[in-house]
Amino acid sequence: MIHLIRSLVRKPRRRITGAGASAAAVGPDEAASRAQGPRSASPGKVAAPGRTSGAVALSVHNLGERFGARSAFEDLSFEVGYGEVFGFLGPNGAGKTTTVRTLGTLLAPSAGSAMVTGLPLAPENGVEIRRRISVMPEAPGLYQRLSVAENLECFASLYEVPVLRERIEFALRAVNLADRAQETCAALSKGLRQRVALARALLPDPQMLFLDEPTSGLDPAAARDVHELIDGLRQHGVTIFLTTHRLEEAERLCDRVAILNTTLRTIGPPGELRDRLFAKTLTVRTLVPVPDPGRVFTGLPGVDGWHQDGASYVIAISDPVTATPAVTRALVGAGADVMSIAESRHSLEDVYLQLIDQDTEAGQG
Amino acid sequence: MRLSATRVRAIIRKELREYRHNRQLVVTMSVFPLIFIITPAVQIFTQPASAASTLAHSQVLVYMLGIPALVPATFASISVAGERQQGTLEPVLTTPIRREEFLLGKALAALVPAISVSYGVFGVFVAAIELFAQPAVTSAVLRGPELIAQVLFTPLVAALSIWIGIAISARSNDPRVAAQLSVLASLPSIVVTTLIGHG
Repeated sequence: MIHLIRSLVRKPRRRITGAGASAAAVGPDEAASRAQGPRSASPGKVAAPGRTSGAVALSVHNLGERFGARSAFEDLSFEVGYGEVFGFLGPNGAGKTTTVRTLGTLLAPSAGSAMVTGLPLAPENGVEIRRRISVMPEAPGLYQRLSVAENLECFASLYEVPVLRERIEFALRAVNLADRAQETCAALSKGLRQRVALARALLPDPQMLFLDEPTSGLDPAAARDVHELIDGLRQHGVTIFLTTHRLEEAERLCDRVAILNTTLRTIGPPGELRDRLFAKTLTVRTLVPVPDPGRVFTGLPGVDGWHQDGASYVIAISDPVTATPAVTRALVGAGADVMSIAESRHSLEDVYLQLIDQDTEAGQG
Repeated sequence: MRLSATRVRAIIRKELREYRHNRQLVVTMSVFPLIFIITPAVQIFTQPASAASTLAHSQVLVYMLGIPALVPATFASISVAGERQQGTLEPVLTTPIRREEFLLGKALAALVPAISVSYGVFGVFVAAIELFAQPAVTSAVLRGPELIAQVLFTPLVAALSIWIGIAISARSNDPRVAAQLSVLASLPSIVVTTLIGHG
């Protein structure tokens, strides 16, 4: 699989490996992005923690889309670096797909501006932007009467791919469909059609890949294949803009995620979002209640406070590395029969639900 | 603005492949020409030689211009609306194709079968006249100017029909409605050719 992806991505591009990453190898597009200079935060912009803008693949400033009186999304500002896998999450109707359509030049924005692969998002740049990106819509949108190979051939020609046959074969092998090339798309299952759509998105060797719910309707094994493919593309420097409802998918694959609910609610690496929204806690279970828990837990290094929750103690901590051994020693010293000590783990789902619930409550209030 | 021949060709090839796999469309394409050869066939093959002078004053073959008027209307009407309904329009429009290339590809793809069918049916019909009609009738019907007019007007009528059909299709969300409106829009051409045919 990795070998195939390496072949698919002919010119490996630099990927942003983490905080403070700067571009070592600068391609023409990266150079174009650099020529724009690092953008200063605009009003209403959510900061992009955990990374600096060395080479920016996508830069969005106060972008908005309205359909009559209804706003699909508004005041979106964020940046995505080259080689980054950027997750775009949100409930149904939050504006995720409309954002992808706008950035993919299918819709003209109602407000704001954006730079896609170094080009301003404007009608006159539509063709050039679409040459550099690839969009996989939520519905596969395949020609049902045509075979898999015929579908891909059509799209490879639309992208004016130079080595058409080879590229189609590579794309098919990358999604494990090489043996189904001659089957008509109508005869394929939903999952297989999704894979054909993914192969289609890989045809032009895009600098930036927009994936709208790529694992929607796939069984776990097929979804895992797609995850591996995304991982492989990431390793070879392809920038991926991934909208998904699967929070565990976003947590696993994405360097950073943005949560959208018409406006941008938050943005950052999944771990950082958890830390920002939820206090770290230790949950201690003992066989019998500790006689004087206040004396045991108060004043320990890294411990900020505690409360009893039934048969357990929930201890607020600032640093698990300092606090966990200190709490363990204190409990043993007090003669408590410890059943378990566990650090609370909040998932991206917790972050997501917390933010969306806040929006719902604000809407009701 | 420079149009890409590769992308236009890709759309044409794809459309022709889809036509080939669409049995309903092939059947429709075969039925329409039959409608337009019934009247000329009856007029030409059932007339005695004495009626040749009457036929000489009418433009019987002009009836057959209804074929290029109606056949491409079917193709053109479903071209964009059909893609929209199938959900295939969005993936195509996210490629570097220009709207003009897309519509040109669609139009040329509809033109190819329309002209092939029109010229094919006309050629077979002319051959049948030569072989089976009364010699006097044959010389009255097959006149140079009429044949040239038929050859020249066939692509023009087809192009007009396609242009109207694609315009309707691009603004319609339902291919069935688009097909009905396109057939309706091609009626004026058919009425004109029928009136000319009656002389």
